[in-house]
Amino acid sequence: MVKPDPTSTPKPRFTLPRRSVTSALLGTTAFWLTQPSTSVSRALAHEAAEAPYKPEFFTAEEYSFLTAATERLFPKDHNGPGATELGVPEFIDRQMQTPYGVGDNWYMSAPFQEGPANLGYQLPLVPRALYRRGIAALEQYVLQHYGKNFAALSAQTQDTILTALEGGSIQLHDIPGRTFFEQLRTNTLEGAFSDPLYGGNHNLGGWLMLGFPGARADFMDWVNQEGAAYPLPPVSISGQTA
Amino acid sequence: MNTKNADAIIVGAGWAGTIMAKELTEAGLSVILLERGKEHTTAVEGAYPDSIDELRGAVRKRLFQNLAKTTVTIRNTIDQTALPYRQLAAFLPGEGVGGAGLHWSGVHFRADPNDLRLRSAMEERYGKKFIPKDMNLQDYGVTYEELEPFFDKAEKVFGTSGTAYTVKGKVMGDGNVFAPDRSSDFPLPAMKDTFSASTFRKAAKDAGYHPYSLPAANASQPYTNPYGCQMGPCNFCGYCSGYDCYLYSKASPNVNILPALRQDKRFKIIANAHVLRVDLDGSKTKATGVTYLDTTTQKETSLKADLVILSAFQFHNVHLMLLSGIGKPYDPVKNTGTIGRNFVYQTITTSRVWLPENSYTNQFVGAGGVGVAIDDFNSMNFDHGPLGFVGGSPVWVNQAGMKPIAAALGTGGHGTPRWGAGYKDALVDTYKHSLAIDAHGSNMAYRDVYLDLDPTWKDAYGLPLLRMTFTWKDNDIRMNQYVVNKIAPIARAMGATKVSLNHLEFGQPFDTRHYQTTHLGGGAIMGDNPQTSALNRYLQSWDVSNVFVIGSNAFPQGMGYNPTGTVAALAYWSAHHIRTIYLKSPGPMVQA
Ligand SMILES: Cc1cc2nc3c(=O)[nH]c(=O)nc-3n(C[C@H](O)[C@H](O)[C@H](O)COP(=O)(O)OP(=O)(O)OC[C@H]3O[C@@H](n4cnc5c(N)ncnc54)[C@H](O)[C@@H]3O)c2cc1C
Ligand code: SF4
Repeated sequence: MVKPDPTSTPKPRFTLPRRSVTSALLGTTAFWLTQPSTSVSRALAHEAAEAPYKPEFFTAEEYSFLTAATERLFPKDHNGPGATELGVPEFIDRQMQTPYGVGDNWYMSAPFQEGPANLGYQLPLVPRALYRRGIAALEQYVLQHYGKNFAALSAQTQDTILTALEGGSIQLHDIPGRTFFEQLRTNTLEGAFSDPLYGGNHNLGGWLMLGFPGARADFMDWVNQEGAAYPLPPVSISGQTA
Repeated sequence: MNTKNADAIIVGAGWAGTIMAKELTEAGLSVILLERGKEHTTAVEGAYPDSIDELRGAVRKRLFQNLAKTTVTIRNTIDQTALPYRQLAAFLPGEGVGGAGLHWSGVHFRADPNDLRLRSAMEERYGKKFIPKDMNLQDYGVTYEELEPFFDKAEKVFGTSGTAYTVKGKVMGDGNVFAPDRSSDFPLPAMKDTFSASTFRKAAKDAGYHPYSLPAANASQPYTNPYGCQMGPCNFCGYCSGYDCYLYSKASPNVNILPALRQDKRFKIIANAHVLRVDLDGSKTKATGVTYLDTTTQKETSLKADLVILSAFQFHNVHLMLLSGIGKPYDPVKNTGTIGRNFVYQTITTSRVWLPENSYTNQFVGAGGVGVAIDDFNSMNFDHGPLGFVGGSPVWVNQAGMKPIAAALGTGGHGTPRWGAGYKDALVDTYKHSLAIDAHGSNMAYRDVYLDLDPTWKDAYGLPLLRMTFTWKDNDIRMNQYVVNKIAPIARAMGATKVSLNHLEFGQPFDTRHYQTTHLGGGAIMGDNPQTSALNRYLQSWDVSNVFVIGSNAFPQGMGYNPTGTVAALAYWSAHHIRTIYLKSPGPMVQA
């Protein structure tokens, strides 16, 4: 597996000859790709089963909060896998090691001054800092009120806390609970539905749920089929299929 | 000693800048085009499959302006402190060669004739008293008839797909009955209707409205434009908006103009060149050139030229004028000055319609410019008399290719859960079976809505940020609500099982946190009076006659249609008059 480079765009977790992927998907000449592609997805499944992801940004405690909270936001149910199975915590950990984690395209010049909510985010904190301070403050709050860590609480209690964060009734020191909640919700959904090369959407489980075909990106024959469901399963940028 | 570096310097390599560069090099001028961002080519970053990555694309915003370097501050009213726009959300300006023209969607309109002379047209029909006092309603100073050849030229360069209603007065086909007459047909036939659009077309027609295919700068067939640039047919991949089309099917400066321009020896493009100001001579009535910062070496360079074209996008143009001292800054209290006046936007609200469970809308299928619209409530196509507002909205289904992250983030709210098990049910149902109907409307100009320089925050180059003072006004909210209400019966006729109508609310200020549109306008508008416009009808600065300012900054008010077709036509119009009049005798083309 390629180790993420914190200074550039995230790298895929494995590399494939791009040209042949392209050819296969555009239906020009599907030569030797079928073989490597299947073995890669098999290798991936194998890797996922064998070696649990080790977070590099989050501490073990933070990661257990993240795992518990994201699963409540996006739970496993009759529609399909939840955040844990999709690798959402892994996705968020990897994102923290990209330029996004340090707010590379956010305007972060002082002075920082709060204003009406509709004028947007005004905290001096980039995603890494939001998580680090937000999780610490939340765990402190949870310990005070419930005598346990977030991950050790019942699903119902976890939901109560998340609801309070979303509604803005918990303040996490200098971070409004709502701001922290929105960051977490956004990254959770990104992890469930982005291309698997970022560590989430394991086995294309997010896309399967929605019927999104991924990188097929050619619908010439499916512009209008009078409301019939698109028939083909998803494929990822690296050629992984489900 | 006054050795010039080029005949003309152009700031910003989007549609406006590349059109001007093409026209001026054709006229024999040497041209330097300065672009603050980097080079972008389809063959490199635009290539399949890496380019169709939602996280890296529309979500992490690889093609948009990097706010870390420069942004704006925003407030709703004059008595507030404006705060920095720190994260891209409400609007998404472009950066890099191609500008926003690389990641736009491709809806390609000609302006409605009435919209170009809205004050005159409204007064003629409803009387002077109809126009509210603090509404700065103005004419463009140029008519549709004058612009027609340039709309036509832009469509041929963009390879626009559409169905004409009339050509030279003769009814041609099933086009928009409200559309003005054309000198020739669209270069390509209309794109196909998606399932959602065809459902809307039928229901709108049954309701007595006049549906038509959106004119799209997405190629319905292979096409070679007048510059010899080629486009391949669009396959409805759905990656227009926010992306660089990997199939060379969506018109962009990069595909439709630059390949020809780059072959011209008189043309030079410099990327990573952030223009800091236009340099003026002592009289402040003549530009000598521009000063830019090479953002890779941090070296500042001044270039000299006879002619300076600002085409850095609407609000960047205004910013550069204010930073350079071109014209007089607008003061809303004294009601003097013109630079920053008539800052406008558009009123965009998206309603959602759910079809029965056996109907799959396959929302990932689509293209940025395709869809079916009705203009029955746009511009002056309906009776405003009893309604008491100015403006209007086209209504359309424009299935541009909905991606899963965008769908997931947008699901919930309005009484439905935003997370948890109930949320997942709603998301799956919404993604598979719903479609969006937009009211994409006008926004008028008001005395206390404007642009100026921020007193506090600075960009990475130490210059004051531009400050936007903007909020929604009752006139536009009433218009939006009126039009959105027309959607419900159409939705019912489409067989909707559920409808969620979204509209602006009275008292709800402009919210910078949610994407609305990048169709910002005004701030340096064209007109026939130097007291109330920054530019004359040829987009020439009234104050500094060798500076031309091209972009939607010239629009006196926000129209219901998307702006780029009009921006391109105005660029060709301005260039034509530079070529035929200005170059023969440089100086003001209209006497103030
Ligand atoms: C997602 C999206 C979808 C859109 N869809 C549509 C649509 O369907 N239909 C439509 O009509 N319009 C659409 N638009 C709007 C359209 O993109 C713009 O109207 C159009 O691109 C404007 O062209 P322009 O040349 O004026 O500016 P831009 O394309 O923005 O080009 C300006 C260039 O100037 C550069 N620049 C800025 N400041 C400086 C400086 N100081 N020094 C040097 N260079 C500078 C910028 O980096 C940029 O490259 C869309 C916009 C977005 C963001
Ligand atoms: S939908 Fe068509 S025009 Fe848009 S990116 Fe895909 S191929 Fe290009």
